[in-house]
Amino acid sequence: MNGENKMLTVSASPHMKSWETSRVLMLDVIIAMVPALIWSVYAFGFRALSLTVISVASCVIFEFLTQKLLKRPVTVLDFSAAVTGVLIAFNLPASTPLWIPAIGAFFAIVIVKQLYGGIGKNIVNPALAARVFLFIAWPNEIKNFIAPSSEKLSAFSINVDAVATATPLASLKQGVTPDVKIFDMFLGNTPGCLGEVSALLLIIGGIYLLVRKVITWHIPVAFLGTVAVISYLFPLDKSVHAWEFMLMELLSGGLILGAIFMATDYVTSPVTKTGRIIYGVGCGLITVFIRYFGGYSEGVSFAILIMNLLVWYIDQVTRPRVFGIRKEKKKKEKEAA
Amino acid sequence: MKFKKQLADGVIYKNPVLVQLLGLCSMLAITTSISNAIGMGLAVTAVLTCSNLLISLLRKVIPEQIRIASFVVIISGFVTIVEMLIKAYLPDLNKSLGVFIPLIVVNCIILARAEAFASKNGPVASILDGITMGIGYTLALIVISAIRELLGNGTLAGVNIMGSSYKPMLIAILPAGGFIILGCLIAGMNKLLSMTGKKKKEPAHTGDTLVTEKKAKEGTENA
Repeated sequence: MNGENKMLTVSASPHMKSWETSRVLMLDVIIAMVPALIWSVYAFGFRALSLTVISVASCVIFEFLTQKLLKRPVTVLDFSAAVTGVLIAFNLPASTPLWIPAIGAFFAIVIVKQLYGGIGKNIVNPALAARVFLFIAWPNEIKNFIAPSSEKLSAFSINVDAVATATPLASLKQGVTPDVKIFDMFLGNTPGCLGEVSALLLIIGGIYLLVRKVITWHIPVAFLGTVAVISYLFPLDKSVHAWEFMLMELLSGGLILGAIFMATDYVTSPVTKTGRIIYGVGCGLITVFIRYFGGYSEGVSFAILIMNLLVWYIDQVTRPRVFGIRKEKKKKEKEAA
Repeated sequence: MKFKKQLADGVIYKNPVLVQLLGLCSMLAITTSISNAIGMGLAVTAVLTCSNLLISLLRKVIPEQIRIASFVVIISGFVTIVEMLIKAYLPDLNKSLGVFIPLIVVNCIILARAEAFASKNGPVASILDGITMGIGYTLALIVISAIRELLGNGTLAGVNIMGSSYKPMLIAILPAGGFIILGCLIAGMNKLLSMTGKKKKEPAHTGDTLVTEKKAKEGTENA
């Protein structure tokens, strides 16, 4: 099938050739995540790297095994499993036991992705589903957030004891403005999950994806904008300026990571521009509601998962009009008049 | 022969939980440990068998228009008996099952079998149907609760299996994990049924349904 036959493929129109294979797109996503990965290794030590390697390797292995077992074409070389692996590790704190990302990879790849039919057919983002699964399954193992460069954790021992620090988000939840500078939160000098701490590097990655046209601006802007507007208008802590509270809400937790890298997943986001804005606003609203009123301090992952499930409806509602065809309702109204 | 067919139907081809998807609410709530599952399964089997028998005996007396109400009265009578018995002799089980024992009244399996089988078949067949469906329900509950208890607590029927270093997967005994495990089991059951169906070269259901039940199906379709 390869080689000379590639030029003579018989297919239905449109006969467009594009460089945009899933492999190129996924490679771009990985490139965009590298700065944040390097920062996490710098901030939390080589344990961040070993967690990421375990997570990526298990994702690729599980994808290969399930596809062999279900007799499907093996597609590990499209790198989508690797992206899922990096994102799972990005969503865990550095003190996580090393077996946890492997189980997260099993859940993401086997149950969320392959059982629903493989790439392009999953109804929710696999990495996010795995994050929520892990946080509910082992709340005691994944609760120790350590401050950056406070202590060097062993990269190879399975469990580590770490001095836990409250994340800025956890303080915000308790109605206390965290004792960190906003500029530190922007750079990534705060305790948190591996990939979510440095807003600056995540935004650089996001700009790279925008320039390469891997993502469009609609979802991240609508998502972050909604959170910004609501937290500016209704700050929980009245002792600081509203804009200061707004920046803290924006920079804390996994909001920027989620808005740029996870809400924009092709498979689980709407295809139309209007749809993407509705989806982003929905994510933002649910995030703020969970942060303000919910039991968990972080609402980003739940918000994106809930909106993932609504993507089909959003696509139905915002389906563009076919050129030359008038909407049925207006036609009837005109006829009646 | 009939009993064998009914047993295969109840446990596999028409398993009330994994194929007919009946009574899922209480099932998801109580399958956090095997002892709960066995207790609930036996309670439902007892009520199902007794109500099937009585409804089958009264099937010519009950007026068509108010049959559902009559079924519910009969079922709730038996549920009350079972509830009192459990309260008197198994207070621990009563404590852990709680409100889900009285809720057997509204368990879809019992009403479904009354409507689809007992009201159209003789008493002996109805008793057998109650027993076989009850066995299928109990087995499904035991399988689900075994997985959930093992993953979520590291034990099987209270005995520690996974060792002390095992970190329990809390989600398995929470409702979310119940849904995920049930979904995986239903998927596996569908796969199994489609494989056996291919081997026989005919759908598992058509050949071996009881004639009366076929008529009943037609009846409900016409109505």
